[in-house]
Amino acid sequence: MIRPDAPVLLEIRDLEARVEDKAILKGVNLTVRAGEIHAVMGRNGSGKSTLSKVLAGHPAYTVTAGSVTYRGDNLLELDPEQRARIGVFLGFQYPVEIPGVSNLEFLRVATNARRAEQGHEELDTFAFEDLVRERLQVVQMDPAFLERSVNEGFSGGEKKRNEILQMALLDPLVAILDETDSGLDIDALRIVAGGVNQLANADNATLLITHYQRLLDAITPDYVHVMAAGRILRTGGKELALELEQRGYDWVDQELAALEAAQTRTPAEVA
Amino acid sequence: MSSPQAVGDLVSQPYKYGFVTDIETEKIAKGLSEDVVRLISSKKEEPAFLLEFRLRAYRQWLQMREPDWAALGYPPIDYQDVIYYAAPKQQAKKASLDEVDPKLLETFDKLGIPLSEQKRLSNVAVDAVFDSVSIATTYKEKLAEHGVIFCSISEAVKEHPELIERYLGTVVPSNDNYFAALNSAVFSDGSFVFIPKGVECPMELSTYFRINSGDTGQFERTLIVAEEGASVSYLEGCTAPMFDTNQLHAAVVELVALDDAAIKYSTVQNWYAGDEHGVGGIYNFVTKRGQCRGDRSKISWTQVETGSAITWKYPSCVLQGADSVGEFYSVALTNNRQQADTGTKMIHVGPRSRSTIVSKGISAGHSANSYRGLVQIGPKAVGARNYSQCDSMLIGDQAAANTYPYIRSQQPQASVEHEASTCRISEDQLFYLQSRGIGFEEAVSMMVSGFCRDVFNQLPMEFAAEADKLLALKLEGSVG
Repeated sequence: MIRPDAPVLLEIRDLEARVEDKAILKGVNLTVRAGEIHAVMGRNGSGKSTLSKVLAGHPAYTVTAGSVTYRGDNLLELDPEQRARIGVFLGFQYPVEIPGVSNLEFLRVATNARRAEQGHEELDTFAFEDLVRERLQVVQMDPAFLERSVNEGFSGGEKKRNEILQMALLDPLVAILDETDSGLDIDALRIVAGGVNQLANADNATLLITHYQRLLDAITPDYVHVMAAGRILRTGGKELALELEQRGYDWVDQELAALEAAQTRTPAEVA
Repeated sequence: MSSPQAVGDLVSQPYKYGFVTDIETEKIAKGLSEDVVRLISSKKEEPAFLLEFRLRAYRQWLQMREPDWAALGYPPIDYQDVIYYAAPKQQAKKASLDEVDPKLLETFDKLGIPLSEQKRLSNVAVDAVFDSVSIATTYKEKLAEHGVIFCSISEAVKEHPELIERYLGTVVPSNDNYFAALNSAVFSDGSFVFIPKGVECPMELSTYFRINSGDTGQFERTLIVAEEGASVSYLEGCTAPMFDTNQLHAAVVELVALDDAAIKYSTVQNWYAGDEHGVGGIYNFVTKRGQCRGDRSKISWTQVETGSAITWKYPSCVLQGADSVGEFYSVALTNNRQQADTGTKMIHVGPRSRSTIVSKGISAGHSANSYRGLVQIGPKAVGARNYSQCDSMLIGDQAAANTYPYIRSQQPQASVEHEASTCRISEDQLFYLQSRGIGFEEAVSMMVSGFCRDVFNQLPMEFAAEADKLLALKLEGSVG
């Protein structure tokens, strides 16, 4: 839902970032307002997953230029856990397994960390069980998964449902979902997308990082951004995703090549 | 908190128990000889049989060689450069705590082991050992009402010589190994527990060992006997001040369980581990063995090993009785330059004897952590069963973990299972937890306690939370 007067939640300006010695993001600009659903599309290696990791504060990525503000405050100076507590959520492409740590306990500690930031009281084991059982409905997840270790032995689909369950519990204002559709069969995709749709409202925003149109058949984006070589090359409405689906990414390559050629010309030639 | 600097700051967290108590100490001259053995025995006014026991052990020790099969590296120990007896200057053990040097009481207060009537733990009886002597034992009278004997071994030698003569050295013979022989020759103090037939010990028993002197070796000896149908839960804790020299600690613990008896022995070992460059720290060479002599008897070892520069320790069970049960639950954590070679031996002799081994090794920093275990099934152990699980966790990329499981079975109708795994706390796991609002240190601690849960669940309630905290403290800043 696009409302020009809605508050800006996330503002990314000329963001550049590298991993080890490799520059990946080369000037990303993006403004996300409350109520909006954005899709960021692009080939493997275009930088879209890096963008999600940088926003969440992964220590392997170094920001070299630009800024990111979240509700007006500098997001980049915060530790990953602080970002999560104030309402930035990253749904992982490959959620890691954490043997020995109970999923239920993990969810409770995470939820309470967020609630403390929101000024809500801490939930004890019983109150939390009530809450989690209610939120399980969002992703139609079997309560048996609560008793297991975090993601351990979960199938790809179960891991993604566990991600959306976390999102449902943490109640983020900006949810970044990195390739949430990868590795899902049609049924699981429908359930996960249904969960995301249920959680989207006028006060929060969703950033879908995806490769394919099929996720966008289930979740309708307000904006579609096409990323290539560490930049957002083009922005449009939902029809841009369809165009991309029809024409393939080769078209993006051509556009990128033209852009780079323009940039390497000398000022005299441009004149 | 995941930046390398923050991590560095946390590493340098001081060892909490590294202080030295300034107290007048009576020490004998450095070095070991037959005369020194006689001197120790005479200082303790021991009966002739014990002097004989010591002298025999000393002569055996002279013939033995220090073992070198463990995956441990340390410079040669000069056994003539160690003081074999040190005691705070006070007359014979005091009848009442009021007479104990307040400095000693203060020391134990600081260690979190208050001994005075008003402050002592309400459900745990404590024997406090300072350098070579026991300074106080709480709740002795209350335990005596149940027929339970809980006192220092020196006291037991005087008051119950017949029990000492009957049981001492019967589980760990004086020539069992190099360090056991050394201990048998020069042991100073330790605890004695005797639970008579049919008695369930009414409270937890605990011994707290404190090394204070810098150049002294500590050689404690503990003996626990549970008669038919008796049961007891016992816990030992240990700390030492920080010195930049290495200190020798060679203890022997013997457990005897008769028919239907049960002994649960838990250890939280936190000797000074040396600094981050491996300077100083305790050399911990310990022989612990329990004998399930009776049918249906049970001995359970739980250890949380976090301290010492070197740990060489294999708490074992000899399962003689039919249907006897042996258990070993271990968490061994090494950080910085620590080295640990620890595990267990389960010797199945009796039919249908069962044993369970759960070992969790955590290696951080530049440390090395080895599990070494033997499961032996004798020809008469029809239907014996063993289950072993050895898991290692690596933190950082400079630490080492090894597993050396040995299985010897002479009994075709026995079942032995061994499972092993190695894992690493990865940056991605930490980031995952952090990205859900869980702080860096809490994330590490969640993962480590999750890894250790099977073992912590075995600790007496009062100490499980303590162990969890201790591990978190030891690991602070080791990840990054």
